Amino acid sequence: MSDQAPDARRGLVTERVMGIETEFGILDAALDARTGEASSSIALSHLVVGAYGLLHPAEGTRGRRVRWDYGDESPLRDARGFEIRRAAAHPTQLTDQVHDAHLPSIDMDMPLQAPEIAPEGSDAEVLAWAARRSIGNTVLSNGARLYVDHAHPEYSSPEVTSAREAVLQDRAGEVVAQRAMELLAAADGVPEVALYKNNTDGKGASYGTHENYLLARDVPFERVVQALLPFFATRQILVGAGRVGLGTRGTEPGFQISSRADFFEEKVGLETTLDRPIVNTRDEPHADAERHRRLHVIIGDANLLETSTFLKMGMTSLVLAALEAEQESGARILPVLELADPVQALRDISHDPTLTRTVPLADGRELTALQIQRAHLEAVSAHADRTDPETAEVLDLWSELLQALETEPARAADRIEWVAKHQLLESYRARAGLDWGDARLRAIDLQFGDLRPQRSLFTKLRSAGRVATLVSDQEVEEAVGTPPASTRAYLRGRLVRHHRGEVASTGWDVITLAAEDGSTTRVRLADPRIGSRPWCEALGLDPEAALPDVLEALARAAADTATVPGPDADAGSAVGTDPSH
Amino acid sequence: MSQQSLHGSGPSDDENSSEETAAGGQVFASAQGADDLLDEIDSVLESNSEEFVRSFVQKGGQ
Repeated sequence: MSDQAPDARRGLVTERVMGIETEFGILDAALDARTGEASSSIALSHLVVGAYGLLHPAEGTRGRRVRWDYGDESPLRDARGFEIRRAAAHPTQLTDQVHDAHLPSIDMDMPLQAPEIAPEGSDAEVLAWAARRSIGNTVLSNGARLYVDHAHPEYSSPEVTSAREAVLQDRAGEVVAQRAMELLAAADGVPEVALYKNNTDGKGASYGTHENYLLARDVPFERVVQALLPFFATRQILVGAGRVGLGTRGTEPGFQISSRADFFEEKVGLETTLDRPIVNTRDEPHADAERHRRLHVIIGDANLLETSTFLKMGMTSLVLAALEAEQESGARILPVLELADPVQALRDISHDPTLTRTVPLADGRELTALQIQRAHLEAVSAHADRTDPETAEVLDLWSELLQALETEPARAADRIEWVAKHQLLESYRARAGLDWGDARLRAIDLQFGDLRPQRSLFTKLRSAGRVATLVSDQEVEEAVGTPPASTRAYLRGRLVRHHRGEVASTGWDVITLAAEDGSTTRVRLADPRIGSRPWCEALGLDPEAALPDVLEALARAAADTATVPGPDADAGSAVGTDPSH
Repeated sequence: MSQQSLHGSGPSDDENSSEETAAGGQVFASAQGADDLLDEIDSVLESNSEEFVRSFVQKGGQ
């Protein structure tokens, strides 16, 4: 730890509010039914969401799901982040007004949409109803959101505060996808669906695996961009998923390190579906916007290896912690490395599995991705708190894998996804004497991420003991129905599980509860740690208790600072465009 | 970590570290193991790779 570190008590740690969103690739399992049309992908995606949300017994009463509340980005009106309102709809206007988010806010008696409950009937009938209603959203009992995004089903993990929790909740999303596929396979009269955890069809289309990190607002965004460009352009050598084919359409035969690299056109920007930027500026923090920004990272690959997800989240969180520490102390931690052309460097690095290629810096130096990553590792290590177990674990893994890549990459095949995939493809290629343009190699690449266990080549590797694992299958199964304890996802998930019929809707920072007597209460949780298990326990709030008791506990949290209802109880709709991406 | 060590055999590892000590338990599997794995891939790989790859068409996302 350095004296320069602003938080001299601790040093840099991985702990921070974060999460992962995964858009799954989706196909009709019947090859001859594939049309490649958007309408078909959208319809199949709805079936996936409907099947899991409405039919899976783990998600409560059949035919009933919890709505998503799109209004979650609206600001709190009280400077302390807390208020009680009667007869108030929530405001739709988004501002950046100051709010202290240490307390929850509660609105009461807001108008609700009528409940939607599927009619009784067969699975196919419930799904047909869901399709007619275009039900494309559901909130799960682990606090995650499962929904249709563009033409893909997407699993947005609940908010977590450690890299390990992120791995667990990300794996839980794979199980949700598997369960949805199983339900559709078992139902009569609906197509069977195949889901893939990957990022491209190799024909020009890409879909994302996004990371989200809460970051201190006071770090100037220009500094965030400056620091993240070299880090994001190079971290792929440690956490890339690997891909067969070069170029967005894979027209040039070969193998590359990252599945996403070829789809990035800009250094920084707001877009996520075209002209994708290395650093994305989308910033709805779903939290106190005065104190936090949400860093929406769109450049990452879909990872199946748990070590890749673990390292990706851990190393990125540490780099962000370094940025925050720099801001606080005024002393530089991260290396001074400005790439001459980050977008070109991203691609050039991805296209060179030998890791020998250098990329030019603005100051005229030429460095390899290995050198740039080592500079980051050394800078972060020098200021990190190694007494924190996860921080030490991440730094050790980062260091060991970097060393393996520098000396003998094959040693990292159990922990670096692109190396694992590359090794597999190379052995297959060598045995059959194939060249990189062979369809069998492209098929292996695609089928690596097939989430059907019997079809998944990744699962074959895992079952053969060829990849390291961090969490047990049992832990993953439990995580599907259990929210992380460390964030508001705990309260959200527990209420969804134990009060499904009384949770009218939830968003990331809002939960609307409807009591039997018709009264409704809207709870705003502007700090992602409000609603965590420790917070609930300190408050004496048991999410499994009867709803009146839950409401009473929430009111107690609010009681100290209750405000008089304001005159501006404007009506508003809870429906809007999806702000979460 | 609950399952097994993240850390594979590296230069700093014990001299006596054998093939079994790598993370995951058997990373440096035998050549026979590698062949078995390739055979297994053959057994589950889509039978018509050309057609499978051609039919794998996605809409762009984020």
